[in-house]
Amino acid sequence: MSTKDEKAGGSPESRLLEVDDLHVEFRSREETAHVLNGVSYHVDAGETLAVLGESGSGKSVTAQTVMGILDTPPGHVTGGSIRYRGEEMLSATEQRRRELRGENTAMIFQDALSALNPVFTVGFQIAEQFRFRRGMSRKDAMAKAVEMLDMVQIPNAGQRVKEFPHQFSGGMRQRAMIAMSLALDPDLLIADEPTTALDVTVQAQIMDLLDELRRERDMGLVLITHDLGVVAEVADRIVVMYAGRIMEQADAHSLYSQPGHPYTEGLMESIPRLDMKGHELASIKGLPPNPSDTPPGCPFHPRCHRAEDECREKRPELHDLGAGRLSACHFAEELISRD
Amino acid sequence: MTDSGEARQSVLEPSATTEESEAGTAPRKTEKQRGLWGEAWRDLRRRPLFIASAILIAILLVIAAFPGLFASADPNTQLLSKARQDPSGEAWFGYDHLGRDIYARVIHGARASIIVGVFSTLLAVLLGSLIGLVGGYFGGKTDSSLSRFAEIFLGLPFVLGAIVILSTFNAGIEGNPGTVRVMTQVVVTIGILAWPISMRIMRSAAITSKQQDYVKAAKALGASHGRIIFRHILPNSVAPVMVYATIALGQFIGLEATLSYLGLGLRAPVVSWGIMISDSQNYLFSAPHMLLFPAMFLVITVLAFVMLGDAVRDALDPKQS
Amino acid sequence: MGRYILRRLLQLIPVFIGTTFIIYALVWAIPGNPFAGKCGSRGCPPTYIAEMTQQYNLDDPIYVSYFKYLGDLLTGNFGETYSGIEVSTLIQNAYPVTLKLALIALVIEGVIGISAGVLTALRGKGFLDSLVLASTLFLIAIPVFVTGFVLQYLLGVQLEWIDPSVSSDPGIGELILPGFVLGSLSMAYISRLSRTSMLENKSADYIRTATAKGLAPRRVVGIHMLRNSLIPVVTFLGTDLGALMGGAIVTEGIFNIPGIGGLVYDAILGQEGTTVTAVVALLVMVYLLMNLLVDVLYAALDPRIRYD
Repeated sequence: MSTKDEKAGGSPESRLLEVDDLHVEFRSREETAHVLNGVSYHVDAGETLAVLGESGSGKSVTAQTVMGILDTPPGHVTGGSIRYRGEEMLSATEQRRRELRGENTAMIFQDALSALNPVFTVGFQIAEQFRFRRGMSRKDAMAKAVEMLDMVQIPNAGQRVKEFPHQFSGGMRQRAMIAMSLALDPDLLIADEPTTALDVTVQAQIMDLLDELRRERDMGLVLITHDLGVVAEVADRIVVMYAGRIMEQADAHSLYSQPGHPYTEGLMESIPRLDMKGHELASIKGLPPNPSDTPPGCPFHPRCHRAEDECREKRPELHDLGAGRLSACHFAEELISRD
Repeated sequence: MTDSGEARQSVLEPSATTEESEAGTAPRKTEKQRGLWGEAWRDLRRRPLFIASAILIAILLVIAAFPGLFASADPNTQLLSKARQDPSGEAWFGYDHLGRDIYARVIHGARASIIVGVFSTLLAVLLGSLIGLVGGYFGGKTDSSLSRFAEIFLGLPFVLGAIVILSTFNAGIEGNPGTVRVMTQVVVTIGILAWPISMRIMRSAAITSKQQDYVKAAKALGASHGRIIFRHILPNSVAPVMVYATIALGQFIGLEATLSYLGLGLRAPVVSWGIMISDSQNYLFSAPHMLLFPAMFLVITVLAFVMLGDAVRDALDPKQS
Repeated sequence: MGRYILRRLLQLIPVFIGTTFIIYALVWAIPGNPFAGKCGSRGCPPTYIAEMTQQYNLDDPIYVSYFKYLGDLLTGNFGETYSGIEVSTLIQNAYPVTLKLALIALVIEGVIGISAGVLTALRGKGFLDSLVLASTLFLIAIPVFVTGFVLQYLLGVQLEWIDPSVSSDPGIGELILPGFVLGSLSMAYISRLSRTSMLENKSADYIRTATAKGLAPRRVVGIHMLRNSLIPVVTFLGTDLGALMGGAIVTEGIFNIPGIGGLVYDAILGQEGTTVTAVVALLVMVYLLMNLLVDVLYAALDPRIRYD
């Protein structure tokens, strides 16, 4: 539990990553979509933060903005701040941001097959970083690539390093992707749906690997997912996003035992559970709002079973519930004090 | 003759009207198709490229149908005393080497060029699509032998093949051939050489739509081959061929001009832009206006059809924009 | 791979036979006396006609004489013209010129087409993009002989930068303008193809990965994006060589280039069947082999493609 202690005493300066009130819009000729409307979270060294939400909730856009790989246009950052070890990223030069990419913050993607370049060998794509960021020779870089594949437990790494991504199985590809992202020893890793494209058994292996690597390297890990089940075991803290906003933030244990937002409740009810066998699987009715036309009041109210008039008129602020918990529901206090 | 259309594998949905009668059995599909074509039409109406090319083509069609409305002079009257005179108020585009009014000839030439373009496109596209449909739908031995057969014609260099075919046709002519005969020759020649391109486009589209669930369902319900092909496969495969046909129409007009320029395509008494350009080549230095005006009309016409095909393709395929 | 190539080569045989037979049949089916006008105004002596008819098996049914001809062709005997010149000599003289012209056209269309396509894809919407798009439209719309005439008139006659006709043994410098004319249509296609291909890859996931790895933009574009985007372009260039050689006939006519285009055109007008069939057979062979080469090349460029 050492990580938890560190976090408790973590001052803003010691924080690895701090996202503060981030606003992002996607602009097209016809309309402007408000994709992020004031997202804030932080990650400390050695900590796993899970970012949870349906597709379109803005969780990946936040990650891409943090990495500085958001496509602009159509994306535009219109406000907020992103600080890496206290250094402001949004005003940093592209040169500086590029220096940090891979070296300090790295990212892995959902679909490793399309995220790896199909025409280069896996080894080439890992070695590339050693060659062009560390100035190593081709041969040394390739030896390092073999080492990296070994580290992510790919059997027969010396041979497989010469193969192309399509020759790898799904799980092996994601391992290779992880090896690639960790090549330059970053201290923050953002994993965007790293297991969504994989079989259930392989999912667990990849999660274990990520967890183990995080511990060994005392690395901050941001785990983006839509699947509460995946993060249950590894996350320290969880941030729930909806329509480009944070709905709830809490440590993993409290969130699971007592969700502070109806949306989180809904997400939890849609996980199939062995002890609930025979019950109908609940799912949240309706669709997330269109980001260019968000309803007034609480963005979740059209789908919320608790919604009252207040929710339709007044947007609930993200407020402190004590013990490090935050929620953006008018009835959060009620929710967490139920038995 | 490069088949640019073939690079595009995306299968576009057919027009809603062809599916009207199917509405009962496949309501969802029809709705989707209507949406796609409606979307494409809305998109097209906003494209300046489409509007410009549609207006140009409309004007050209009117010229081809009623040349007399635009030019009162006779295109074949020779005023030798005025041979090779520069453009003037009397003859806007000047006179050619035989003293014929170039403006009148350019206007009257539109008809031959457009007729050859339309009919050779029809021939090539209908023949190619039919063979492509059959090959793509039945697959196996039928497909591979039809594909080999198409390759025989694809392997022939286009212009060279056309020259050989046309000179064979021409050798059988005694005396002065009629207009119909001359035009048919050119249309058939282009059709023979060009059909494999639409065949390949249609074939790959047919293979893709063959694998759709509703085709499998129709098969399972015991629909006949003919019904499946014309009811289900064809409507779903027709869009890429139509895009190709529009562009090809322009290119075939250019090809007719090329063949006429080589002295093998159209010939007097037919008036065509290709013949006029061919006539101009010996007077390039003394009377460049003989080349300029027919070439200008030719290029504008081909451009209009190529632009139209481009616009339709972009509208049907949102990925392109 | 070896088995694939072998199978493809076997598939080429019926196509090759089919194409050459069509040409052979058309050429010999040309009605009229093939000896007309060959021996002056008095006509050819009967002994000569008999000798020639025997030599070219003109009395046999067409498919018999075709296969006899094909046998000759495969043993390297291209036959003679009516006036007794070896067709192989004619081809040997003309072929290198056309090959040189086609290669120059290929280089010009490749360099200009790819640069234009890649630049516009990287720059995005704007003046350059519209300019290139408009230029490609024009190049596609203007028949080659018009491009040829206009450039010949402007550069050769008006500006006098070049000689309107090339010499009998043209060098590379003389062939640049004809090469540009010959390659102009494909140039437009290549520029569009590389633009589309670049745009497709620009938003590909692996490009985002490469950026996330902190690679310099130069490397992301120059290695990761270009390597993938150029696969379809390179294969197009491969198939185009055959098409350019077969399509050089008009360009060669305009600039008086002594290549196979002119050779075959004169042969058709003079009803020199042996020359026509030999040249077409050769062009078809080049076309088919280039297509096979491109498919093999495709597998080499894209590791996902496997033939077996």
